Amino acid sequence: MSEPLITESRVAEAVDAALAAIADAGDTSALKSVRSAHLGEASTLAKLNASLRDVPNEQKAALGKLVGQARGRVNQAFASREAQVAAEEETARLAAEAVDVTALPSRWNPGARHPLTLLMEQMSDVFVGMGWEVAEGPELENEWFNFDALNFDEDHPARAMQDTFFIDPVASHLVMRTHTSPVQIRSLLERPLPVYVVAPGRTYRTDELDATHTPVFNQIEGIAIDRGLTMAHLRGTLEHLARAMFGEEAKIRLRPNYFPFTEPSAEMDVWQPNAKGGARWVEWGGCGMVNRNVLRAAGIDPEEYQGFAFGMGIERTLQFRNDMNDMRDMVEGDIRFSQQFGMVV
Amino acid sequence: MRVPLSWLREFVDVPAEATPEEIHAALVRVGLEEEDIHRGELVGPIVVGTVLEFVDEPQSNGKTIRWCQVDVGESEPRGIVCGAHNFFPGDKVVVSLPGAVLPGPFPISARKTYGHVSDGMIASAKELGLGEEHSGILRLTELGLDPAPGTDAIALLGLDDVAVEVNVTPDRGYAFSIRGIAREYSNSTGAVFRDPALAPALLELVEAPHTGFPVTVADQAPIRGRNGCSVFVTRVVRGIDPTRPTPAWMVSRLRLAGVRSISLAVDVTNYVMFELGQPIHGYDLAKLSGGITVRRANAGETLTTLDDQVRKLSTEDLLITDESGPIGLAGVMGGAATEISDATSDVLIEAANFDPVSIARTARRHKLPSEASKRFERGVDPLVAEAAAARVAQLLVELGGGTIDELGSSLIEAPAPSTITLRDGLVSALLGVEYTPEEVRGSLEAIGARVEASEGAFLVTPPSWRPDLDDEPTLAEEVARLVGYDRIPSILPVAPPGRGLTREQRMRRAASTMLAAGGLTEVQSYPFVSAATHKRFSGDAPAMRLANALDAEVPLLRRSLIPGLLDTARRNLSRGLTDLALFEVGTVFLPEAGKAYGSDSLPVGNAHPGDDVVAELNAGIPPQPWHVAALFVGDRVVRQPGEAAVPASLVDAIDAARQLGAGLAVPLRVEQGSHPAMHPGRTAEIFAGDRVVGVAGELLPAIADDLDLPRVVALLELDLNALIELGAREVVTAPISTYPAATQDVSLVVPMEVPAGDVLAALTEGAGALLEHAALVDDYRGQGIPEGSRSLTFALRFRGPDRTLTAAEASDARLAGVALAAERFRASLRE
Repeated sequence: MSEPLITESRVAEAVDAALAAIADAGDTSALKSVRSAHLGEASTLAKLNASLRDVPNEQKAALGKLVGQARGRVNQAFASREAQVAAEEETARLAAEAVDVTALPSRWNPGARHPLTLLMEQMSDVFVGMGWEVAEGPELENEWFNFDALNFDEDHPARAMQDTFFIDPVASHLVMRTHTSPVQIRSLLERPLPVYVVAPGRTYRTDELDATHTPVFNQIEGIAIDRGLTMAHLRGTLEHLARAMFGEEAKIRLRPNYFPFTEPSAEMDVWQPNAKGGARWVEWGGCGMVNRNVLRAAGIDPEEYQGFAFGMGIERTLQFRNDMNDMRDMVEGDIRFSQQFGMVV
Repeated sequence: MRVPLSWLREFVDVPAEATPEEIHAALVRVGLEEEDIHRGELVGPIVVGTVLEFVDEPQSNGKTIRWCQVDVGESEPRGIVCGAHNFFPGDKVVVSLPGAVLPGPFPISARKTYGHVSDGMIASAKELGLGEEHSGILRLTELGLDPAPGTDAIALLGLDDVAVEVNVTPDRGYAFSIRGIAREYSNSTGAVFRDPALAPALLELVEAPHTGFPVTVADQAPIRGRNGCSVFVTRVVRGIDPTRPTPAWMVSRLRLAGVRSISLAVDVTNYVMFELGQPIHGYDLAKLSGGITVRRANAGETLTTLDDQVRKLSTEDLLITDESGPIGLAGVMGGAATEISDATSDVLIEAANFDPVSIARTARRHKLPSEASKRFERGVDPLVAEAAAARVAQLLVELGGGTIDELGSSLIEAPAPSTITLRDGLVSALLGVEYTPEEVRGSLEAIGARVEASEGAFLVTPPSWRPDLDDEPTLAEEVARLVGYDRIPSILPVAPPGRGLTREQRMRRAASTMLAAGGLTEVQSYPFVSAATHKRFSGDAPAMRLANALDAEVPLLRRSLIPGLLDTARRNLSRGLTDLALFEVGTVFLPEAGKAYGSDSLPVGNAHPGDDVVAELNAGIPPQPWHVAALFVGDRVVRQPGEAAVPASLVDAIDAARQLGAGLAVPLRVEQGSHPAMHPGRTAEIFAGDRVVGVAGELLPAIADDLDLPRVVALLELDLNALIELGAREVVTAPISTYPAATQDVSLVVPMEVPAGDVLAALTEGAGALLEHAALVDDYRGQGIPEGSRSLTFALRFRGPDRTLTAAEASDARLAGVALAAERFRASLRE
């Protein structure tokens, strides 16, 4: 009868050896060796466990418990050490992966909208918010829409003062629209009454490009025709726009003026409360009550309907609103200009 | 219109303390536009001096200077060096003393010159800003002046006057006169106005007989049914002394008003025009043959105008003629033959009224805008002619020593202004202000209208100088501006509910936003192109042409946005900005070949021309769709640590198209294409379905070279209208399967010339509905692949809508795809 294979001291010895090895293992590969040496099939504990087969039945329970608890301790110690090593290794790896975030390359370039188109959209949206719609028309127009229907008599000095680009041959009566006002008459012809529309767009006059002029520029025009509209409604509308564009303290001042398509007519100034260099009045555009001849041209009875119209230059608005000095910056397409704006004007 | 304030004060009580700025502001309040303020540029001391004696001293440079002793009202005379020789001892002259500043600015100081200390300067008329005459110094005797030495010459010569300049709107011809401006100042401030046309001495002269000079108006071809001449008043002044100078005060006022002094007779006619707004023409009576006839020119007639230009006349031109033929273009410019000269002593004065349309057309036709035509075009008071003619006569008598002759004429056939019925409440209903009847009546009377109360209305007869007042709203404006626009309240109207932006408007904004978010910068370029540029980018397609282009070399309207982007790119590159991604959203002008655009005539303006006519006008306007274009040059990704540069190429142009297609919900595909300005092997036509919607390509290197651009410039242009039209109106969603995907790759060997896109299309079609996604992942040619072929590898993702696919199902689908590719393109599976 040989000495029993499983003894407390043997088990304790195996456990101590395993725990020491586990504690010593510093990285994943060392742990792997430890696992095979102390927990693998060839390990002492595995052999002791296997030898339970040969243990007399009356000792099986006690010895089984002894070996099982020993294996449990070792397994637990191993798992705990394994987690610890993995965490240490991950920490080291993250440290090694650190980059200088200020020196990373960029694969995206900043793009930008043009401030003039942004501003036109922003101004249009103020009106859309009030239920108005945005109307459009061709830039190359028939003279009738650009002049005659707007009460510009063919011989009136106001027509000659428009500095018009004519299409060749001149007798074809085609022009580059000198203002967005032809969209007024188009809207009145095409839409059911009442009409409340704004018309942003490109316009043309034979001015050489300099710091304050450009032959191609943008305007936004508004017209409202309904029953009972008065010049007070015109002022209210302009004041709403002014507040939306320049802040709650903005207001509108009207001065008498002349335009063929409105009567009475006014030049409008806006009080710009947040101007650089201090609040001030700035000339903003023209407006008035739509001339009866314009309504007649659109087949509208001026005894029943009346209304107002207004228009302002987008370039001019951008100039004084955003404190720009030179018109040329707006038309030359230097990317540095637009990129100051991004998507915001 | 420049208004010398001393002149204005003659006719309206401007408060003594009112500053030019305040006067300006008062005029702006009633509707004149603010322009400028013109002040004299002279700073004293500038005084009258008497030349006591002088010595002529020849100099080594050949000049002879005068060393003068001048009494300037001080205890001792001053020594002054002068280079001019047109004066004599005892002459009164103008002396600028040290400390004075002449226009230039030219400061005067005591300085050493030609061996003397010159203690001031004797001034010429030009140096004082009094005229162009620079040949000698100004002798005050020539102006008829004999002031004491030491007198302030600035005040003496009226050089301290100030002019405010206002812009007169084209409806207010009467404001092109001191008379009109004075009335407006009175309207604005309530100051007392004295109408210069009603000055008692003048009225007396108007009443004095002036008949017997034969004048006939025979307008044989009225324009638009309007008689060319409705008023023609003549007066004769004889025995004018042609050597008499124009007085300094008149020279000064004319100068401030913007015209220079010529001679007394001419200056007087200009002076009266500015004062009363009535253009005047003066004839040398001795040079006239017989009476005057006003008529239209005959075909082929010519006239030498007083600028010595021979004018070929149109049968629309209104002429002043005598028995010798044409002697003036009515209301525009006189003729050379009857011009007043240095020797004229007898003058015939013409104060006439001509049809604005006739004058406007003649002035435009002969490119002769003048002070006279400017006034006639805008309307001159027909009833001021008599007063104006009398005023000229009065001044020629007073200043020129002439006498008024009884010879003259006064033809006045101007129609009286029509009476307008201004309904009660109309003004308030238009302005949104409650005006009292007294305010309405008072304002209209203040502007010179006659107002009678009637049943429920005022009957308003506008004054003769306000032809612009022709309906109720014009009267309403008068009330509003006199009471003040500040009275108009602010009420926000409530529009009916709107539908927001249209789909087209939303989509256009989305296109711009997408491109900008993708790193492109929006630009706006002019749509004008040269013939050569047009040909280069649009070939033989027709283009609309400007008749009056600013630059005659670039008269055409663009059919493409690309030339504008190339220009913009060049400008940026010239400023050292080398990596560019630009886009423009804009309209192009696309006339069709063989089609004539425009309309032969224009319907009248103040009535609906009828739907048919409107449709016809619209049909004559060429299509102007929106396009979107993009340009890439330089590096798309610049060289950086750990990152190689990615140069811009066709890839970027096509990607921009793809981005727009995805965003606007219109599937796009590319095919190998061609374009006259693009690289023959690197150009893609872009399709939406079967329709070509645009092109992407690299600029032909030869053109890039010609334009000083880098060799690779990638371009894209799409018909944005078409994209939006073809895009999905609303997206119908497909169910999203959540069963697992089966992914497989397939490599196909195909002949080199078969486009990968076509192989992909066949593979996709053949694989059927189970193929969820397919993409080209490799394009291999070389070892293992037959010459003339390439191997294309596609990554395929299969998924079942209702089940997990078996490996066999996925493989069958894949093989079905391969089979179709094999059938179409001789594709074979790569082993």
